[in-house]
Formats: sequence, C-alpha cells, structure tokens
Amino acid sequence: MLRKLFKFHGGVKPETHKDSSTTQAIAKAPLPALLKVPLHQSIGGTPRPLVRAGEKVLKGQRIGGADGNVSSAVHAPTSGTVIAVEPVLMAHASGLSTLSVMIEPDGEDRWIERHPIDLRATPADEIRDYLRDQGVVGLGGAVFPSHLKLKTSRTKPTRTLIINGAECEPFITCDDMLMRERAPQIVSGMLIMQHILGAEEVLVGIEDNKPAAVESMKAAVAAAGVEGCSVVAIPTRYPAGGAKQLIRVLTGIEVPHGARSTDYGVQCFNVGTAYAIHEALDLDQPLISRIVTVAGNVGQPRNYEVLIGTPMNELAAHAGEQAGTDAYIMGGPMMGFRMPAFDVPVVKATNCVLVSSPSLFPPAPPEMNCIRCGECAKACPADLQPFELYWFSRARNFGKAQEYHLFDCIECGCCSYVCPSHIRLVDYYRFAKSEIWARERDKEAADAARERFDFRNLRQEREKQEKAARLAAKAAETRAKLASDSGGEASQEAGEAPTAAEQAKKALIAAALKKAKQQKEGAPVPPRNTENLSPDTLAEIDAVEARRAAARQETE
Amino acid sequence: MLSALLVMTGIALVLGAALGFAAIHFKVEGDPLVEKIDSILPQTQCGQCGFPGCRPYADAIAQGEADINQCPPGGDEGVRKLADLLGREYKPLNEEHGVEKPKSVAFIDEQTCIGCTLCIQACPVDAIVGAAKQMHTIVAAECTGCELCLAPCPVDCISMQPIGETVETWKWRYPVIKIKQAA
Repeated sequence: MLRKLFKFHGGVKPETHKDSSTTQAIAKAPLPALLKVPLHQSIGGTPRPLVRAGEKVLKGQRIGGADGNVSSAVHAPTSGTVIAVEPVLMAHASGLSTLSVMIEPDGEDRWIERHPIDLRATPADEIRDYLRDQGVVGLGGAVFPSHLKLKTSRTKPTRTLIINGAECEPFITCDDMLMRERAPQIVSGMLIMQHILGAEEVLVGIEDNKPAAVESMKAAVAAAGVEGCSVVAIPTRYPAGGAKQLIRVLTGIEVPHGARSTDYGVQCFNVGTAYAIHEALDLDQPLISRIVTVAGNVGQPRNYEVLIGTPMNELAAHAGEQAGTDAYIMGGPMMGFRMPAFDVPVVKATNCVLVSSPSLFPPAPPEMNCIRCGECAKACPADLQPFELYWFSRARNFGKAQEYHLFDCIECGCCSYVCPSHIRLVDYYRFAKSEIWARERDKEAADAARERFDFRNLRQEREKQEKAARLAAKAAETRAKLASDSGGEASQEAGEAPTAAEQAKKALIAAALKKAKQQKEGAPVPPRNTENLSPDTLAEIDAVEARRAAARQETE
Repeated sequence: MLSALLVMTGIALVLGAALGFAAIHFKVEGDPLVEKIDSILPQTQCGQCGFPGCRPYADAIAQGEADINQCPPGGDEGVRKLADLLGREYKPLNEEHGVEKPKSVAFIDEQTCIGCTLCIQACPVDAIVGAAKQMHTIVAAECTGCELCLAPCPVDCISMQPIGETVETWKWRYPVIKIKQAA
C-alpha cells in the first residue's frame, strides 16, 4: 500500500556529496594513544566524575554519574588508566574547556562484567533509569537524554513512534551506513522503544536517495515480523531530517508553536539512538562509541566506529587527511560548527568530522545589505520570517524577535543558503538566542536575590520583635519575683498601681546595685547555666573558679 | 419639577454606586510604576545608588527624588531600560556612584578568616554561612556581588572573583564582518 506523504514548507536541495563515503563498509577506528572523554556530553547537568587520576578503569565502566534526572552518565570507552581529570578544550563552538577524564588505553580493551536486563519483567521507570545510567542520548545531534523522551505524556498516549533515518545534511552518511549494515539491531532497539512507549505504529522515515538503506531496513522489519511497522522512503529535501519536518511529512501533523510532538501522540528518535538503545539494553553495553563520517578534504572519506574521546585529528589522519586543511567542522556544512582546535575529542554529538579546506569551503563572500527579496521566507521550513528576525536580532531588539518566534528557528541554515546578499542569518539568530537566554538567567537570579533580601528584612524585623518580647518577659518576671519577695509591702499598697510600679522599679535598681557592689567587692558571682551539667564538668568549673579567685587575690 | 429632581437623584445614585463599586473592585495596591522599575533593577541590593536596597531606589525614582543613572550593576543597559520605561532622556552612568564591573562573586580566604560574623550581618541576601569563631564561606550561587561584605571584614580576607564563562553560559558573539574581508 502506498502511504500518503505530506510536504513541509520551504527547504532547499543542496548538493548531497554522499556517494564517496558510502563505497566502503564501516571500519573500526584505531585505538588512540590518549582518550579525552568530556563529562558534559548531553543537554542538562554536568555528570559528576566518579574516578580519580591513577585509577584503573575497565571498558564500559561508569566514569561520570548523571547529575539529576536531566543528565546522562558517561563511561570509559576502553580499559586503561585514568591519567587526569581536568578541564580540556571541548568540541564546542565556544572554544571553552570542560572537565574531562583523560584515559590512557592499556590495549587490552577489557570489558566490565555485563548483565543484560530482562526487558519484559522490568517496569518502564527502571528501564528509563537504566538508560540514563547507560548514557544513552539522542545521536541525531541534539544529544537530549533519551530516557526523558521515552516518557509517555500523561494526557495523551503516544500513538506513533517515528524513527528518523532521513539524514538530510550533505556529506553525512553515518545513519545510512548504520541502516545498511546493522538494520536488525536498529529494529530491535526500535521495538524496545515501542514497548516502553506503547506506540501502535512505528514509521521509519528514510530519504529516497538511500535506496540500499531502505531495502535493508525493510528486510529487517519483515524478518522481525512485527505489525504496524513500516519503512517509508520520503522525498529528498533538506531539512527533511528535522524532527518537526519529518513528523509533518510522515503524519501530516504540524506541531504548532509552543507545543511538543508528544501532545499529538508522536515521538521521534534517530536510528543511531535506536541502535544505542539496543546495545544498552540487549547487550548491556553503554554508549561508548558511535559511527562518525569523516569526509571533506581527506583521501578516502569513510564511516568509522569511533570511541568517544578520540581526538579528531587522529581520526582525520587515519582517513588520509590532505594538505591545505584549515579547520574541522563538526556536523555538516549547513548546521555544523567550526572546531576551535584540531585535537578536540569526538563526543556523542559528533555525527561527522568534515575536514575543511579553503578550496572545498571558500570563505563566505562579503555580506551585503538585505534587499528584501523574501527568498529566506520561501525557504524557511519553520514558516518564519527570517528577514524580520534578522533585522530585530541585528538591532538587538530581542523582545520583537521573540514575538516573531525566534525560538521556533531550528538553525537549519536554509535562509543563509538562499540569501543572495550572503548574509549569515543563522549567526544573528544564534547571537539573539543566547542573549535572550542570558537575560532570562539574570532575571531569575535577580528574582531570587529580591526574595532573599525581602526575607532577610522580614527576619531581622522578626528577630527585633522577638528580642523585645523576650526582654519584656524577663523584666516582668524579675518584677514579679521582687514583688513576691517584698510581698507584704506590695499588697498593702496594691490599690495604688503607680506606687506599686514605682516600688518594683526601685527594687529592681536596688537589686542591680547590690549585684554591682558584690562584683566590685570581688565576691564570687555564682556561675550560671550549671543545672544540667555532669559532675565532671562541675568539678572543672569549680577548679577554674578557684584559680580565678587565687589570681584575684594575687593582684590585690 | 419633582420628576426632574427624581431623575437627577436617580442618576446620581446609580453613578455613585458604580463609582463606589469601581473604587473597591479595581483598587490599585501600591504604585505599579515602582514594581516596574524594581523589576528592571538588578537586585544586587548593594546600596551604591545611595539607597538601602533596590526597592527604596525604585521608590525614589518613581517619586522623582533620584536620577535613573545611579545603578552601576545595572549598567548602561539598565539606564536605557529605565529611560524607556519612564520616557526620560538617556544619560550615561553617574560615576559618583561607581562604575560598571564584570560580574563577580565574593570569595572568603578560609585560612585568614577569624569567624567574626561581621560579613554575615552585612550580606543583604544571606549568602554567607558560618558562626562565631567558625570559618565562614560564601554560597556562590546566591551571591549578588554587591561587595558589602568587603568593608566590614577586619582581616581583609574577602576578595571579589569574576565569574568565568562556562559552556552553559557562553554566548554567541554579535556577528562582526571584518572590513578587510569585505573590501
């Protein structure tokens, strides 16, 4: 049966450059001399380091524990010795360092003991916690912890599970090769997800420029003999691999602004994530390696199975890096980031190391003024007005940019691709987004500070009142005591209140004078707060008092 | 004559009731302008403006007793926002009240701290923990960087440390196109 497919707005058709890296099978990348495993590899909290320098680790041993629920664990990619736990330059556009575990492999590649769990007997909550501790994150590029996405919405059950094998970005072929070579494993992971989510229908969306992958996946699905699962070839158009775009193409559902696909009973995962889930649950192998496409300025573009933490330059050298390389791009030419250095490590988000050279990617032509042609709006797959967003971002008018739904922008780069004035529109959006996030952080901090300041003022006021009340109570107590001491006199003049109060005051003064006189004469003041002390302590106090008395006598 | 009087009295009663209802039902608690000004101020509670906290400064601005350029932590952007809100002319930060500094948090050198609690009393947001004759330390996440704890410290063991950028707080730079490249 032919499935009805839908279209998403806009999109572009760049040259795909996918053929050269699919001629050879996936190869295992050689073990590097040093692995640099960053702890912060997913959206959410930075995992806490669980190892120290000098410790021996086994392959698959957890080296970073998830920090809270929105976080994901990190594991040792091979056996060896931890050399250091220190900040290392990260595979991130910022060029900043994050805490990383440096592992010197011992070459034995010895696994930690593995015990696959029984899926059918384990409750879904435990499976999710297990996935978090296995470090499984979305391998499509966003590295969002997968266990959070495997939670069914309370209001709307998940009806459709979509497996994203579209891989629309030029040069990248890691998902293509994975589907060609390891389709049964992907299907196995897919069925686990279907089981957890309780989805009725599973759709695998693959762009029609990957016929081999489509055939392979179809065969694997047929072999697994599951119902309600179909592999669908979709038209090749960038960015068909965007989650919202793929959902639109396959189901016709357009997820509106501010809503999530789960509100419509649809959840979407990358094929690499399905494979990782299969490995994590069926084989008890945490996410310690991934398929990475090495392409661009290399002799033999190819896909490698790479351990997380492998320096990118070693990988590129292995693929025959050629002269004239000026930078590495992590990801594809449309959405990728230039790396700050050549030796940054491969992380869970690295789907492609694109070796760039000036001849392959010439520097962008000079930016010219926006001529209001509207090409960007025609190309935008998120139905935004990119030129408006550009003007507002450029003018730092962030409120207005948000009004035009800046945060619905998926940074796919279609607008920059079609812009006849060569304006790097996405750079402006990224700038505006991070400025808005920073302002929100500041606002939250200010609100917290205001609250604490108000509370402190309240507390000080309360303490003042409490102190006043305490003093008043004490004064009243003394007065009562004195009154009862000189009971006869007081009762005689009880009828005249002012006189009684005056007398009490006088008595108070007298008592204070008596105390002062006693102190002046050097008579020992009886120690206070000694009711509940042990005999030892009492003896100690007595000794101290004796010493004090002796010292006083000496001075006299 | 009588009917005219009745009509007028009736109208007066109805309008009076409507106004009375509105006065109770749509009563404005406090001055909303102060709230708006206060939400722009950075809440460092540092007192550099000459008022004991951000809220009193907001009050003073609303009453026209203080100028809008007395808040160094809010910086140039804060002045611009206040100018926008109040429809006043922008003016540069008054340097009498201090200059804009990079964001920082206080740090106590625990080797030197004698545990006098003076800084704890000075902290406007209760971001210092410690007790008499016990070492003190700053809760960095709550510290607003107001510097009010620096002056009372008798052993000068508190210093301000700028907050570095992390991968989470890093911001994309404003795209700048080099003139040379464009030429």
